Amino acid sequence: MRHFDYIRPASVPEAVAAGQVPGTAYLAAGTNLVDLMKGGVATPERIVDITRLPGLSAIERLPDGGTRVGALVRNSDLAYDPAFAKTYPMVAEALLAGASAQLRNAATAGGNLMQRTRCQYFTDAVSPCNKRAPGSGCAALGHATRIHAVQGWSEHCIATHPSDFCVPLAALDAVVETAGPDGTREIPLTAFHRLPGDHPERETDLRPGELITALRLPPEAASFRGRARYLKVRDRTSYAFAVVSAAAALTFKADGRIAQARLALGGLALKPWRVAEAEAALAGQAPSPEAYAKAADAALAGAKPTGEANAFKIELARRVAIRALNQAAAGTPARIPALPASPFGIV
Amino acid sequence: MTIPLRLTLNGQPREIDLDDPRVTLLDLLRERLGLTGAKKGCDRGQCGACTVLVDGRRINSCLTLAASLDGAEILTIEGLAEGDRLHPVQAAFIAHDGFQCGFCTPGQIMSAVGLIREGHAGTDPERIREGMSGNLCRCGAYAGILDAVQDAAARAEHREDAA
Repeated sequence: MRHFDYIRPASVPEAVAAGQVPGTAYLAAGTNLVDLMKGGVATPERIVDITRLPGLSAIERLPDGGTRVGALVRNSDLAYDPAFAKTYPMVAEALLAGASAQLRNAATAGGNLMQRTRCQYFTDAVSPCNKRAPGSGCAALGHATRIHAVQGWSEHCIATHPSDFCVPLAALDAVVETAGPDGTREIPLTAFHRLPGDHPERETDLRPGELITALRLPPEAASFRGRARYLKVRDRTSYAFAVVSAAAALTFKADGRIAQARLALGGLALKPWRVAEAEAALAGQAPSPEAYAKAADAALAGAKPTGEANAFKIELARRVAIRALNQAAAGTPARIPALPASPFGIV
Repeated sequence: MTIPLRLTLNGQPREIDLDDPRVTLLDLLRERLGLTGAKKGCDRGQCGACTVLVDGRRINSCLTLAASLDGAEILTIEGLAEGDRLHPVQAAFIAHDGFQCGFCTPGQIMSAVGLIREGHAGTDPERIREGMSGNLCRCGAYAGILDAVQDAAARAEHREDAA
């Protein structure tokens, strides 16, 4: 691992001041960053250790009915917080579908947003990669691309974002709170991660040295608590990234028709894939497989594989979206996760 | 520049002056403190052989920078038994043949101790398998490991009932 200077600030303002120097990375649990540093993929010259910063580890219910999650709240603490899991069940389900128990015990809410793609050509530290080494090309295009994007990719980068957590957060209109040299800022989660376009090296909307301090769920997010699911399909039952995933949430009117729908898909793009037309297609409809299929089609509109290897993901994502909507309509299970990991055998 | 660290390691207070911020908790334990129970398998957070408890929670020590742990309480496999009396999870692994070569065993046992403390799996075999999925065993001793964790979890529940 390349040598770095280690700085341990005592407060958020101190951390932000220290974070302004180019070449600096913030360290939370380090479950992704330390791994990338060992592989020579991330080579920060300075590490600002924020793990012990005060004020970033609380889960707060807000007066307006929303919830603020401090950036340093650990994945397992959030997923097993009884009030949080009851109010945002598909977020808890997504958290518990990710990684291993050891990693969830360490990894933080803010760090989850900042995790990097698992594109093999990015993580091998040597292949041409416009994200890691801008201008060097994309080794993934034309090679083995089973895990790569079918939405929102460009000729410069076909990577996907690996997070489970971010998928339901996007569906629930979560907001990212940050602190920077110019004060605090709020960024909608759906605008936080950038599609690759011509600049795959620009991964998020964060400015240099800006620090994530919290995630906030708006008051409306709680209204989906009764009908919300996260469905993850992966190559093995546990401890694997999603091939495709879906966060689906519904509210019903008194007449049994759908009032509001939320749908976001994971594993398809460099950000959670949420399509307004897919949700609009469900509003006012009677819940039915046909209605879910129309929404899924809208979510997959414009999808394009990068090669033969990932063409299957489009139909798989369509089916996963339909199934997740079906599961959401059946109601949130009393226990999250209903089954330990496998999506099979659940309603 | 050294980084001063105060740790509680297996119940004992330790003061360490770290001369390099790159040292992981795993390397600190194995290379500098002589505690070689936690194993370096993949060294990338994928195999779980390095699992220890930090502040009562199981984590991968290979992905944790030691410098970030000032003030933490660390429990390794060496601190589990009380003198000659094995911890119930250690005893269960022996009783149920929960290993073959033994390399992953310290990580498996620390992970099982963490799992039982977390209290979300109970004795449900599916939930135990899911909860232990961060620990790989290349000998394939999973059947014995599952039996051992189930047995230890049942005994822990029994002790709680009795208390």
